[in-house]
Amino acid sequence: MAKQKNILDLYFLDARARLIDIAAFMDRVDRAGGGDDFRYDAFCAALKALDSGKPDRAGEVLLAFSDPTDEPIPAATTKAACGAWSGADNV
Amino acid sequence: MRYIEPHGHMVSRTTDDYQAMAMAGCQAVSEPAFWAGFDRSSVQGFYDYFCQLTQHEPRRAAMFGLPHYTWLCINPKESEDIKLADEVLSIIPEFMDSPNVLGIGEIGLNKNSRNELTVLEKHIDLAACNDQLILVHTPHLEDKRKGTRLILDALKSDNRIKPERCIIDHVEEHTVGMVLDDGFWAGMTLYPETKCTANRAIDILELYGNERIWMNSACDWGISVPLAVPRAAQEMKRRGINPGQIDKVIYQNPIEFMSQSPRFIAPEGK
Repeated sequence: MAKQKNILDLYFLDARARLIDIAAFMDRVDRAGGGDDFRYDAFCAALKALDSGKPDRAGEVLLAFSDPTDEPIPAATTKAACGAWSGADNV
Repeated sequence: MRYIEPHGHMVSRTTDDYQAMAMAGCQAVSEPAFWAGFDRSSVQGFYDYFCQLTQHEPRRAAMFGLPHYTWLCINPKESEDIKLADEVLSIIPEFMDSPNVLGIGEIGLNKNSRNELTVLEKHIDLAACNDQLILVHTPHLEDKRKGTRLILDALKSDNRIKPERCIIDHVEEHTVGMVLDDGFWAGMTLYPETKCTANRAIDILELYGNERIWMNSACDWGISVPLAVPRAAQEMKRRGINPGQIDKVIYQNPIEFMSQSPRFIAPEGK
C-alpha cells in the first residue's frame, strides 16, 4: 500500500476539486429551490458518512443510497435506476 | 502492458475502438449478451443478435488480431416478460456449441423483481444442465446491494453451481465482500459515473487482495471508456503497485477464470 504522503501528493488536488464541486452543487440546488426531493435527502444523509471516522466511508455512502429491503418487488415498472432509493411507498 | 478485456459490448463499438484496444495491449475480448438499449420485439431479434455474437463479431475482432469470446442470455432488463424469456432460453442451446461461447451471461437482476428472479433461476438451470460458466450482471446504483444478495442466494441455492465458476460483475465497496466471502469471482466495472472509478477499484484491490477479481470496461452504447482497463493499470503504476501484481489482475486473472471453459485459448506467454 502506498504511504500516506504519496496518497496526498497524488490525490489531494483532485479530491479538493471534487469537494468544491459538491459544495457548488448544493449551492445550486438551494438557489433552484430543489432540495425537497428523495434523491437530495439521500445525498445529505450520505454526507454524514464522510465524517463518521469509520474506515469504509465509500461503502457507507453507497449504503445510504441503497434499497435496504430484502424481498423482490412484485414487478419492474421501469428499467432505470436513479441513484437513490425512493422508499417503500414508491416501489 | 498486456491485458484481457473480459467484459466489452463490442457490437456497440467502432473499429477505432478495436484498434485502440489492440494498440494498448489487449490480447482478447469477451462479450456478454446485453440489452440493446431498446427492447427487442421478438425471439427472432435475439436469434439475429446471437448470430452476430457468434459469427460476425469474432470476424470483426480478428481484423485487429483479437480473439473474441462471448456469453449468451436474455438480459435481466428484458426479463420481465417471462414468455419472451422462455422463447429466448429455448434457442440458446442452438448456439452453445459455437467455438467462441464461454458460458451463460450476463444474467442477473435489474430492478429485483419476481419475474427477473424467475428468469435468473432458469438461466442458472440452463448453465448447470450444460456445464457452462456463468457471468452475472448485478443491478445498478440503489438496487445493487439488494440485487447482489438475491443473486448470491439464488446461485447458492442450486447445489450444482460451483462459486469458482461464476463471476459476479459490477461489484462496488458495499458488495465486493459478500461476493468474495461466498467463494465467487468478482468483477469491477470502470465507469466514469455509475460504477467504479479506477481509483476506487485500486482501493478495493488494496483492501481485498488480487485473488478471484478482475477489472473491465463494460464498454457499450452508453457513456463508457473502452480503454478503461489499461488506464486503470497506468493508475496502479502511479500508485506504486508492482508490474507483476498489475499483470495478475488485468491479464492472468481473466485467463484463470475463463480457462475453466475448454473453448478459451490462453494467449501466448501466459
